[in-house]
Amino acid sequence: MTTRIERRFAELRAQGRAGLVTFLVAGDPDIPTFERLLAGLPEAGADLIEVGMPFSDPMADGPTIQAGNLRALANGISLARTLEIVRRFRDHDSTTPLVLMGYYNPIWAYGRLRFLDEAVSAGVDGLIVVDLPPEEDEELCLPALERGLDFVRLATPTTDERRLPKVLQNVRGFLYCVSLTGITGVKEAVAEQVAPQVERLRRHTDLPIAVGFGIRTPEQAAAIARVADAAVVGSALVAEVAAHLDEEGRPGKGLVAAVHGRVRALAEAVRTARS
Amino acid sequence: MTIANSLRTGPDERGRFGLYGGRFVAETLMPCILELEAAWEVARRDPAFQAELDLWLADYVGRPSPLYFAERLTAELGGAKIYLKRDELNHTGAHKINNCIGQALLAKRMGKRRIIAETGAGQHGVATATVCARLGLDCVVYMGERDIERQQPNVFRMRLLGAEVRPVSSGSRTLKDAMNEALRDWVTNVETTFYLIGSVAGPHPYPAMVRDFQAVIGRETRAQILAKEGRLPDVLVAAVGGGSNAMGLFHPFLDDREVRLVAVEAAGEGLDTGLHAAAMLRGRPGILHGSRSYLLQDEDGQVIEPHSISAGLDYPGIGPEHSWLKDIGRLEVTAATDREALDAFRQLARLEGILPALEPAHALAATAKLAPQLPKDTLLVVNLCGRGDKDIYTVARHLGVAL
Repeated sequence: MTTRIERRFAELRAQGRAGLVTFLVAGDPDIPTFERLLAGLPEAGADLIEVGMPFSDPMADGPTIQAGNLRALANGISLARTLEIVRRFRDHDSTTPLVLMGYYNPIWAYGRLRFLDEAVSAGVDGLIVVDLPPEEDEELCLPALERGLDFVRLATPTTDERRLPKVLQNVRGFLYCVSLTGITGVKEAVAEQVAPQVERLRRHTDLPIAVGFGIRTPEQAAAIARVADAAVVGSALVAEVAAHLDEEGRPGKGLVAAVHGRVRALAEAVRTARS
Repeated sequence: MTIANSLRTGPDERGRFGLYGGRFVAETLMPCILELEAAWEVARRDPAFQAELDLWLADYVGRPSPLYFAERLTAELGGAKIYLKRDELNHTGAHKINNCIGQALLAKRMGKRRIIAETGAGQHGVATATVCARLGLDCVVYMGERDIERQQPNVFRMRLLGAEVRPVSSGSRTLKDAMNEALRDWVTNVETTFYLIGSVAGPHPYPAMVRDFQAVIGRETRAQILAKEGRLPDVLVAAVGGGSNAMGLFHPFLDDREVRLVAVEAAGEGLDTGLHAAAMLRGRPGILHGSRSYLLQDEDGQVIEPHSISAGLDYPGIGPEHSWLKDIGRLEVTAATDREALDAFRQLARLEGILPALEPAHALAATAKLAPQLPKDTLLVVNLCGRGDKDIYTVARHLGVAL
């Protein structure tokens, strides 16, 4: 049985191009607007969708994504509602892989096995849980794999050769290569520095490698698309959401179109990067 | 020698105290945490490291701190015989420096020249800045904007000591947010930076390492009470925010099951008002800042912003070892409100001529309720873990006095 993630990366390989992974925070800026954003992502060119599960204390995220988390929480998002949103998305889209990304505590509070079962039935394809390193695999990773849910791990510049096998041990779906040491949305990724990192990872795994952190512009995304299997863009899209809020924090008219416009430009750059 | 069924052997190799503890951190930090654990394992067994630490504790910190019989407080409360462990007499005015010296010496051994820390009341920040000044290390302290407001003297003190104080404006702008920001800094500068955590919280090995550095409080107390009274104490009382002063006092007594261990949480405006910092009494197990422990959180697992008059107790979590000791019934947990802490603050000032910090004022408030119920031959030790000079502005405001 192949998964949506496997099929998508196989298609990308067949097309000889890299993919675009988009990240938005579930329920940001509010649930109805987010659902419109999400529904339009595949058409705008997202090859794989990452949805953030909001948390009050996102320790690995910079100010942009922190603010997105807080906006979503203020407007009533919860893990249960995030799963409902995924379920509704799957009513219209059965091919685009969707990965939930977040922190462990909301999952733990929800009940980790209940969460996994409901995530599978809602049509979630994989999980990225920032604060669950391989040392804590028994918590969520192993039960997720048992249920056929991919567990995507982050490999960082500090993950040395000695540690890599441990990091790769239970990864399924793809490997998320963090381009830099730092939090999201602050520094900029430099393709010349990322390329050797990706090559190093390729010596250890056949999994597709997506690169994220510090990728903002179509040019940066294209540069990453030349060396990796996918480029992940998050903070730049969340910033686009923030830029289209009025003074009371309500979404302005052009918000959805603006975010999709940015995705389109990024997708175009990624699609043509190798030609 | 390891005693069968000892409670003092934790954590296990995964950094767990039962369900609690662990290493819930981003991958970027994992190699660094493993490196720290390895360095700590070597240092703690190295007699040279211990000797160096002991010298600093004696000549720079001023240890041992006295165990003082509070005669007038005892008479006033009319019950248990009350001793105060005077850790407020340490250099910088609190117990925090015991741990800062230890970790800063470890940082130097590891070749890290840049120290970051979070602080609530500012005591840990001041202690960190002090030690960094003395050892010639760069120092950045993260502090919530709200704490900066209520702890101005300590902010100025840190700056005088050459530390950079970075205000944190996210979330509740208190200790938890300062810790988030410190973790973000660490992820960004992990190669050069040592994160000097001030409490028995955070990912393994911090809870155990900080405990071991603070256990000097309990070891001294044990020797001092034996010298003065010829027997162990009956009750130990300490305030808990993250829990480092309490764990430092309690740990050497964990296997003396007849010694009652009482942890006092901050009840803020009251335990049933929602405005408190009582993680063990009103929280549920959760994961924050690298470990699993009792945590103030809502039904969706979002962290609830705590409240306490004491900036040092204004934290939504608690050290994992405390959570475990509570669950197995070794630790008694109680709480004191802002009002009760203020009353205890004034009582100690008038009766003993000591201004306690608002943190141990919570332990004194619990003692004021507990001691009268106990026979006069009961020996009760309160950890007076900080001095109150830093809190006079807060106290004045609550008393309606303009300074």
